[in-house]
Amino acid sequence: MIMHLPALPVLLPFIAAVLVLFPWFNPRLHIQRLVTQFFLLALTAVSVMVLFKTLADGPLGYAMGDWQAPFGIYLLADPLAAFMLVVTSVLALFTHLYACGGEDTTGRFFHPLFMFQLMGLNGAFLTADAFNLFVFFEILLIASYSLLIHGGGRERTRAAQHYVLYNLIGSAFFLIALAVLYRAFGTLNIPDMAARSASLPEESLPLAQAGGLLLMVVFGVKAALLPLHFWLPRTYSTTSIPVAALFAVMTKVGIYSLWRIHGVVFGHDSGALSDLGGVPLAWLSGLTVIAGAIGALASQTLRWLIANLVIISVGTLLMTVAMGTTQSVAAGLYYTLHSTLMTGAFFLVAGLILMQRGQAEDRFVRSRPLLYPLYTGTLFAVTAMAMIGLPPFSGFLGKVFILQAAADSGDALWVWPLVLISGLAALIALSRAGTTLFWRTQGTVTQEARERISPVHHMAAGMLVATTILLVVAGGPLTEWTLRAAQDLHAGVTVNYLNGGQP
Amino acid sequence: MELIFAVTVGVMVTCSVFLMLRGHTFAVVIGLTLMSYAVNLFLFASGGLTLHKPAILADGSEYSDPLPQALVLTAIVIGFAMTAFALILAIRARADLGNDQVDGRTLPTDSLANKDGQGKIRQHSEKLSGGKSR
Repeated sequence: MIMHLPALPVLLPFIAAVLVLFPWFNPRLHIQRLVTQFFLLALTAVSVMVLFKTLADGPLGYAMGDWQAPFGIYLLADPLAAFMLVVTSVLALFTHLYACGGEDTTGRFFHPLFMFQLMGLNGAFLTADAFNLFVFFEILLIASYSLLIHGGGRERTRAAQHYVLYNLIGSAFFLIALAVLYRAFGTLNIPDMAARSASLPEESLPLAQAGGLLLMVVFGVKAALLPLHFWLPRTYSTTSIPVAALFAVMTKVGIYSLWRIHGVVFGHDSGALSDLGGVPLAWLSGLTVIAGAIGALASQTLRWLIANLVIISVGTLLMTVAMGTTQSVAAGLYYTLHSTLMTGAFFLVAGLILMQRGQAEDRFVRSRPLLYPLYTGTLFAVTAMAMIGLPPFSGFLGKVFILQAAADSGDALWVWPLVLISGLAALIALSRAGTTLFWRTQGTVTQEARERISPVHHMAAGMLVATTILLVVAGGPLTEWTLRAAQDLHAGVTVNYLNGGQP
Repeated sequence: MELIFAVTVGVMVTCSVFLMLRGHTFAVVIGLTLMSYAVNLFLFASGGLTLHKPAILADGSEYSDPLPQALVLTAIVIGFAMTAFALILAIRARADLGNDQVDGRTLPTDSLANKDGQGKIRQHSEKLSGGKSR
């Protein structure tokens, strides 16, 4: 069993999804909930096990069907991938719990789709092969298309149409990039590509550069880099609350792929290919932060505001990719953990708020007072402070690490103002949102809220918000481990190692 | 051979980009289909274009690379699934939004629209379905 550990994060959601599609399981919603919750708990346990095992023994490899690298399908769990697995499974556990409060009743296939989405995400984190990365991207995308329109409605269909068509074009670009890179490198195994990138023959260089830059565009689409980010606010703000919360990790897949491919194959010691696209990426990431800040200040609903905060956090993370040092990747990884969990938590809190406000939902207008103002208000305040980056919550630590990494790598001049000013913009936008939502009230409490909100909703939102405290309390070991993850990523894993030899 | 291949892929991509820039979802979906054909051909060519060569290493050192063919096969299957999904979604959007514009809005110059922004086809289909239900 322990030998197959790296494959389990892909297999568990797959088994769960297929299981709840079977005739006996599918019509029984409570059975579906129990089965998927059980598998999610198991997935979280397995992910944590993978993380500790990789931290103790170094990267774990898994050759599918024992076909050896670089020809076989290879899964590679290094600490970076393991961290992403853990954060995804924790986020999924609580958003799924929230969905069990009633959001999963709007269609028959919520649970299988949710699990297929997780399968795609985990596969994308674990794979060591660029073409396999494409396949897992498609799995997570087709699940996300269906989850996005789950429950139906005019606005959702409109948002889904943009999202689907746009991502299909993105997938076409992905394939073109892979074809170009295959021609240049003669392999698509990422460690193998990294080993060859420094000594690529002269005539292959233009091809490799074109392929690498195209791939950056593709990951920019997924991560919502500036000129490619316009799909994000509408998509996130129209879909159902648990799905929006789960999508918090979707943009991070793009960031992760940039670390994995551009940080290693086109990293610092790749000869003529070193730091490919670093300068444009730095500019665009800065502009992404500015666009997100402007969008946040102009938002009219809470969900739209959170979507713009996602854009700010994506821009901040892309700055760490552009800096490209080990410290910056470590800081970015900590910030990824924080921003994924907090964005998810914020969407759940927004769900609690909009269920209590009747017709006004989450629009910033004078409306009814909330049914549970103290509990909802506390959650809102904690999450907002974490998102802005105020002490004592995890956002503060994350931003300090990024500022430190920027100072060490000599990028402080452009990183510091952007991070600090975007924090100020978030502070203004969120304090305006909070005062309107909680204090500008008229009329009486709506009774409808009592029926719609179940204790499960409260529990799920509360526990996901509490992870910010966990991130701060465990800050010491976490920073050490994220640094290990970044060092392991940059040290690289060679094909030799994959085949059981020494690094 | 390389020239013909390159021109074919280029023409297909040109047509697909033209179609994808149209406002109607049908044209966009056709554009996407053409694009995926062009991409598949391109992917196929990434192993180099060779004629009458064995697929795996035989006695000679010349062989045609089998890997791009495996990649193309995967890409074709995924492309089919995605196109099917995009089509179903386009039909759904046609029903939900009342027109087949990509952004869900009817343009004033649209020949299928009349003044109140509703497509003639929608009114027609409503008439049909209304007749049946009555």
